[in-house]
Amino acid sequence: MAVCVAVIAKENYPLYIRSVPTENELKFHYMVHTSLDVVDEKISAMGKALVDQRELYLGLLYPTEDYKVYGYVTNSKVKFVMVVDSSNTALRDNEIRSMFRKLHNSYTDVMCNPFYNPGDRIQSRAFDSMVTSMMIQVC
Amino acid sequence: MCHRALVSLSRHGSLVIAVCPDTQVSVPPGALDCWVFLSCLEVLQRIEGCCDRAQIDSNIAHTVGLWSYATEKLKSLGYLCGLVSEKGPNSEDLNRTVDLLAGLGAERPETANTAQSPYKKLKEALSSVEAFEKHYLDLSHATIEMYTSIGRIRSAKFVGKDLAEFYMKKKSPQKAETYLQGALKNYLAEGWALPITHTRKQLAECQKHLGQIENYLQTSSLLASDHHLTEEERKYFCQEILNFASEQTDSSGHKVVLPMHSFAHLRDLRFTPSNAVVHVGGVLSVEITVCSQMPVPVHMDQIAISVHFSIEKNSYRKTAEWLTKHKTSNGIINFPMETSPFPASQNSLPALELYEMFERSPSDNSLNTTGIICKNVHMLLRRQESSTALDTPSGVALDDGAPVLKCCGVTLEPGANTITFRTQAKEPGTYTLRQLCASAGPVCFVLPHLYPLAQYDVYSQEPQLHVEPLADSLLAGIPQKVKFTVTTGHYTVKNGDSLQLSNVEAMLILCHAENKAVIYSNTREKASDASLRVQSSDKVTSISLPAAPAYHMIEFELEVLSLPSAPAAGGEEGSTMLGMTEAQRNPKDTQKADHCMATTDHKVSIECPWSIYSTVIALTFSVPFKTTHAVLSAGTRKYIQVCVQNLSELDFRLSDSDLVDTGDSTDLQLLPLNTKSQQHICSRQSVFFVWELTWTREPPTSLRGRFSMEFRPASEERLSISLKPYTYEFQVENFFTLYTVKAEILPPAGTELCRTGSLCALEVSITRLSGLLEVDRDEALTESDEYFSTKLMYEVVDNSSNWAVCGKSSGVISMPVVAQATHRVHMEVMPLFAGYLPLPDVRLFKYLPHHSAHSSQLDADSWIENDSLSVDKHVDDQLDSSSIKSRGSVHSAASSEHKGLPMPRLQALPPGQVFNSSTGMQILVIPSKDDHVLEVSVT
Repeated sequence: MAVCVAVIAKENYPLYIRSVPTENELKFHYMVHTSLDVVDEKISAMGKALVDQRELYLGLLYPTEDYKVYGYVTNSKVKFVMVVDSSNTALRDNEIRSMFRKLHNSYTDVMCNPFYNPGDRIQSRAFDSMVTSMMIQVC
Repeated sequence: MCHRALVSLSRHGSLVIAVCPDTQVSVPPGALDCWVFLSCLEVLQRIEGCCDRAQIDSNIAHTVGLWSYATEKLKSLGYLCGLVSEKGPNSEDLNRTVDLLAGLGAERPETANTAQSPYKKLKEALSSVEAFEKHYLDLSHATIEMYTSIGRIRSAKFVGKDLAEFYMKKKSPQKAETYLQGALKNYLAEGWALPITHTRKQLAECQKHLGQIENYLQTSSLLASDHHLTEEERKYFCQEILNFASEQTDSSGHKVVLPMHSFAHLRDLRFTPSNAVVHVGGVLSVEITVCSQMPVPVHMDQIAISVHFSIEKNSYRKTAEWLTKHKTSNGIINFPMETSPFPASQNSLPALELYEMFERSPSDNSLNTTGIICKNVHMLLRRQESSTALDTPSGVALDDGAPVLKCCGVTLEPGANTITFRTQAKEPGTYTLRQLCASAGPVCFVLPHLYPLAQYDVYSQEPQLHVEPLADSLLAGIPQKVKFTVTTGHYTVKNGDSLQLSNVEAMLILCHAENKAVIYSNTREKASDASLRVQSSDKVTSISLPAAPAYHMIEFELEVLSLPSAPAAGGEEGSTMLGMTEAQRNPKDTQKADHCMATTDHKVSIECPWSIYSTVIALTFSVPFKTTHAVLSAGTRKYIQVCVQNLSELDFRLSDSDLVDTGDSTDLQLLPLNTKSQQHICSRQSVFFVWELTWTREPPTSLRGRFSMEFRPASEERLSISLKPYTYEFQVENFFTLYTVKAEILPPAGTELCRTGSLCALEVSITRLSGLLEVDRDEALTESDEYFSTKLMYEVVDNSSNWAVCGKSSGVISMPVVAQATHRVHMEVMPLFAGYLPLPDVRLFKYLPHHSAHSSQLDADSWIENDSLSVDKHVDDQLDSSSIKSRGSVHSAASSEHKGLPMPRLQALPPGQVFNSSTGMQILVIPSKDDHVLEVSVT
């Protein structure tokens, strides 16, 4: 499914970024970083909307030749970016949404850990295995 | 409407393009790129065709994707066809280009006539290197501009990086550098490690081409310590630095200054001695732990710490005591980890360093303000700069000319390295470690500021002599140890240097055969033992000090003995307490006196070899004993009691107690009733000694006694010297018993026992025991026909209110001065309580005529006034005519002197002169029958 999952702090530095090991990691880093432009744009466009009505899911950020980049932003302005292979047409918007929700839940668990300092890199094993499960079906 | 169409068009365009590769049509490489490029440009052109400028500008966000896509495709086509390579396309590239151009087919008729169709653009771009460059640059710049205009900086930088790559290929690194720097800055600001590493690598190459040696070396050092690179790559960059360093050794003095943080990290710093205080000439070592981040061992020519020296204005700060008191650290200073690679994150902010703060008023030291202060505000409130001087070495400046601690020829292994600097302290003052600089050839890695502050202090100290007792207080009379401490300071004690103590008469310095002195180093470590020679002459005791180096301490103990100076004979207490028994003494006084020992001060002046002035030292000795005496009577027999109270904490052994009469009367004899053996006196306890006083002839008027006893501390069985005995002198006077007073209470006639509430008879008989004595010759004595009589006043007082004295309680009697003359007085008393009641007190006073000069003691109470009247009334029958006459004369004399009534004087008889034989007697009183309430007083 996903080929790259990234959690990015409010200040736009990566808290967690993982891509399919076989792929060029650097490429995904650049891709995720560039996608922050669109995320920022979408967030500022949404800024006027009321908080409770705000949609956390940002939708497709931009397509490239081989990948689709989706975005999600939490209320504390932590961004989730997911890169999906565009060949996987079976993946619908709803599934992406639910994947983001899963990611968000897991991230919330990480934040609830009293030993985790907000702002540190995420090293939680539970979070890692959850991300792995989201990336596992890649062929 | 137009806007919507535009959005959907661009979105669909890109989607279609993105979906295209799925169609699985086999095409030659690049064909698809050509198609995509053309499609993008076609879409964009269509949009431009149908919308006006303003609309396009407002919708750049939607079209810019297509622009960037087209740029990307053109770039990949360029690479494919060898248009980007330095040498231009080779034959294979040309073949491929021809194939692609052929594949494009003929231009469609509808665009054939337009000057700038996408088809023409592509064809032109692929046909020559120059044209490709022009088109690619046009497209790239347009894309970057668009991205920038809508605020998509990251995307713009990304395109810029591609452009930089192109420029590098085109051998124009100066153009590439700006794009790379821009991108790097962006990645650094947001802390993206992998892009940083990648961009830096590109930048390094660029800088190498440009010949920016410093920048290149700095980037290299950053890359060499970058864990995202492979080991080989890191080694390569490290080697680049080392090569440069070794090549340039013989060149001019130009130095390449690089920041230390990429090269190594200073982890901790440790001072030895740990308090970082050293005396002038002492050796201080500073040990630092440096973690090298290089992948290979690096040989440094020199590692140096530059030091800032400041002279401490306050000379007090220089003393060793102050410094050891105020610097309690363990000498280790830990430096926080290097700022993380995410400068923008809150990680990079240093932790708050909060301290309590108290401000006290200078006058009474009361608390004025309290609060919390943050010591690193300057770090926290600093403006957040995106370029945290990571790329600009401008902030690094070498401290030239400052004194340095050096360490030469050090090889830094990867990981932690320990480097030790040694220095000999010269000037007194405070030294602050400022910069750490590691240099190899012309390359210097500099840590510009050491934070937290690392300081060491150098002090110089004057030689000093301290003399203090070993115990809390020195006791007089027994040998006591006194500790001498010589702090040599900057003075070196030579052989033959000696302390000259001027002798004090009452204080001896005891010289033993051998005395030991211990020499301690400055840090209180024992350095050596030495023997000490003490020589005593009449005036001076000379102590030859052992040789000791500067900044050491010589400690030795000497025994001193303060000769007991007897406290003032008799003492002020002694005279007033004459003959009083212990029980009658005011308990308050004794308690108060219990706690303080009499002290004597001895001042010793000592001449020290380092000074022309002599030091005066006062030693205070406390007398361990307090002695009181008392005269006890049993009828006419007299006893002297001496009470020795031990006030000290020590136990003593007393022996050879002796009491002698130093007066002139020869027939007095003192018979000791004490044990002959040694007596043990414990701390804070008393020992009593009693002597019976006998005489053969006429009773003596006074006794001058001197009490003496040997004493020694119980803990020491044998003392090398004999101690002077403790003496106590006193004088007692008028202790011979003149009168006995006997009181008796008789139950009412017809009953056996006294009852409460019924009157009983009190019979008081006062008996004169001797004939006329010297003592009796005073104003109260009257003479008629060789018949002497004296006037006494008696008084019955019951302080415990057990008795009610009915009728008169006092009276004046005329006592014949003849042995066995007895006067009886009868009174009525009523017991108020039942039980064994002590008899009421009967007091006897000497009744003096008014003008008596030395009637010192008088109970000036109101009863005298009343009683004098009653005396006048009732005494008549007892007074003979002469006494009335004398009384009358008193009257007239007094009236001439005073306006008021003439007052006779009362003088208490010295207690030794009156013996109350019924003291302590009790009589049984039973309750009256009709009492319902039974009150029993038990005394």
